[in-house]
Amino acid sequence: MTKRPSVAVFKFASCDGCQLTLLDCEDELLALGEKLDIPYFLEATDRREPGPYDVALVEGSITTPHDARRILEVRQQTKFLVTIGACATAGGIQALRNWADHADVLNAVYASPQYIASLATSTAIADHVPVDFELRGCPIDKRQLLEVVRALIAGRRPKTPSHSVCLDCKRRGTVCVVVARGVPCLGPVTQSGCGAICPAYDRGCYGCFGPSVQPNLISLTTQFQRQGTARPDLVRGLRLFNAYAPEFRRECDRLDPATEEPR
Amino acid sequence: MTSGSPGLDQPLFLPRERLGALISELQSRGYIVVGPVIRQAAIVYDELYTVDDLPRGWTDLQEAGTYRLERRADEQYFGYVVGPHSWKQFLFPPVATVATAVATEAGWNVTAADGRDAPQFAFFGMRACELAAVAVQDRVFIQKDYADPIYKARRDKAFFVAVNCTQAAPTCFCASMNTGPRCTVGFDLALTEIDDGFVVEIGGERGRNVIVALGLAAATNDALRDAEAARRRAADGQTRSMPTEGLRDLLVGNPNHPRWTEVAERCLSCTNCTQVCPTCFCSSVREVTDLDVRQVERRREWDSCFNFDFSYMNGGVVRNSVRSRYRQWLTHKLATWHDQFGESGCVGCGRCITWCPVEIDLTAEVAAIRGDVS
Ligand code: SF4
Ligand code: SF4
Ligand code: SF4
Repeated sequence: MTKRPSVAVFKFASCDGCQLTLLDCEDELLALGEKLDIPYFLEATDRREPGPYDVALVEGSITTPHDARRILEVRQQTKFLVTIGACATAGGIQALRNWADHADVLNAVYASPQYIASLATSTAIADHVPVDFELRGCPIDKRQLLEVVRALIAGRRPKTPSHSVCLDCKRRGTVCVVVARGVPCLGPVTQSGCGAICPAYDRGCYGCFGPSVQPNLISLTTQFQRQGTARPDLVRGLRLFNAYAPEFRRECDRLDPATEEPR
Repeated sequence: MTSGSPGLDQPLFLPRERLGALISELQSRGYIVVGPVIRQAAIVYDELYTVDDLPRGWTDLQEAGTYRLERRADEQYFGYVVGPHSWKQFLFPPVATVATAVATEAGWNVTAADGRDAPQFAFFGMRACELAAVAVQDRVFIQKDYADPIYKARRDKAFFVAVNCTQAAPTCFCASMNTGPRCTVGFDLALTEIDDGFVVEIGGERGRNVIVALGLAAATNDALRDAEAARRRAADGQTRSMPTEGLRDLLVGNPNHPRWTEVAERCLSCTNCTQVCPTCFCSSVREVTDLDVRQVERRREWDSCFNFDFSYMNGGVVRNSVRSRYRQWLTHKLATWHDQFGESGCVGCGRCITWCPVEIDLTAEVAAIRGDVS
């Protein structure tokens, strides 16, 4: 019997939802416990064993000087580092601060901001250390997480699909909300992951899984403007969980009316 | 035999209030009857339980990138054209298990899909372009050396009730592709809707057996004339066209036309056109295992030439730009399909035009390439 891979789970600035997806693997949880050694996973157990670890699952973005140092330590102790979720992969919803004045935000949120040590930005893990594999989503998808785990056990590289959400709509027979209702939808520029949940409930895709490969944002937002969606609404639509993913960031900056005003 | 009918026998008349009896007759013979129903603001294909499931009194308004349902002034059962679904999803399911393997003491126990448990469908309301699309997929899946067992089993069992279109959408161009609007071959029964019922043509033995059970009278000359006029409306109503003369050589001879770059600025590479197309047949296969890798399912899923990694081989992606992927799709569909299967891969149904979120229209793309060249 070969040694069980050790998997440590770390949290940075995040809501814990992606870690909960791991605990939500109810049918597989017992088998997972057998197959994997889990030396560090505060959400689930008070075991806190030191590295090195075969794998680290990292949730959350980097928002404080302390976390910027901590991620370096995690990287040093880890062979294969996997970011889980939109925060770790793109900076998360908290990356909206990247467009605001840091001092204003601190003053608005905290009664005594002088005690707060935080960075002016919320950034992805990959902006700080090399990342071996990304699991997208807000939250991540359980089936994709299990694919990562299966790959780790089998000693191969995980493989998750890179196609658009539209393909999932079509496979499940969902009627396109853009064409049949004129509802703007980020599905054509968003990577697959959730199985196209929102369009099945007559809503546009919110882009939870971040930009797809070679996304054509300008064409899509130009079309939505032609169909009557105002620019500020498109900017708000792009500034969600993956706002700071480079492709979404570039497009919402291009569309942002503030950047258009004569200065 | 009446002239002008492609059926074997004299056309019959099915009174409107007996349409449900035809559905029941098929159900009593063990068919799962599938036909047009309204779901999520569109007419799609799903199981029909009774005649009341049909979108009676509705029509569809289609243009590039737009589809809307609207009430009709009359109570026609089939007063619309084709929607986002096609019969492809029943013959070539979007997700299918092609094999399973279970680890045993003696080694792997592999079972390949043989189609033995295939459902027996009756497709209710197939249009002429859709009959043509099934014939195109037949050539892909069952008329070459390697027949697909899942497709073949479903196809062999399926009963086809065709409906002649009596109107055209602005996106339709079957007339120029020579695939419609008149249903001429490939059906068991074909209906043409007129004011008080349907003229029924019989396509063969199997169709005759079913329709005889309804005890219908022959269609009168008036009914035949009304049906002919109704069908003519569908032909006369077509505004789009695809001139096919020299089309293969035009596309094959223009891989570097600037139009490919121009369309790539608009194309999202989202795959919608390929998924709604009733002839696109691409899929990919992957293995899904349990945690122990003792149970393996080989799963086939619809895929698309618009996907970045669809052309991945030997460490690299061959079609690494939207330009090369759109060109691949259009050139295969309209040109090299001829080399591969001896016909066009397009039946002129217009789905890829309507369901493209950014209104890309293959007839306009071809016209642009043709116009600049000749
Ligand atoms: S609803 Fe959105 S994700 Fe689905 S096919 Fe339409 S554009 Fe694509
Ligand atoms: S042509 Fe339209 S539907 Fe097809 S991939 Fe491009 S944007 Fe999507
Ligand atoms: S290419 Fe477009 S018009 Fe032609 S058969 Fe396919 S979906 Fe229909």
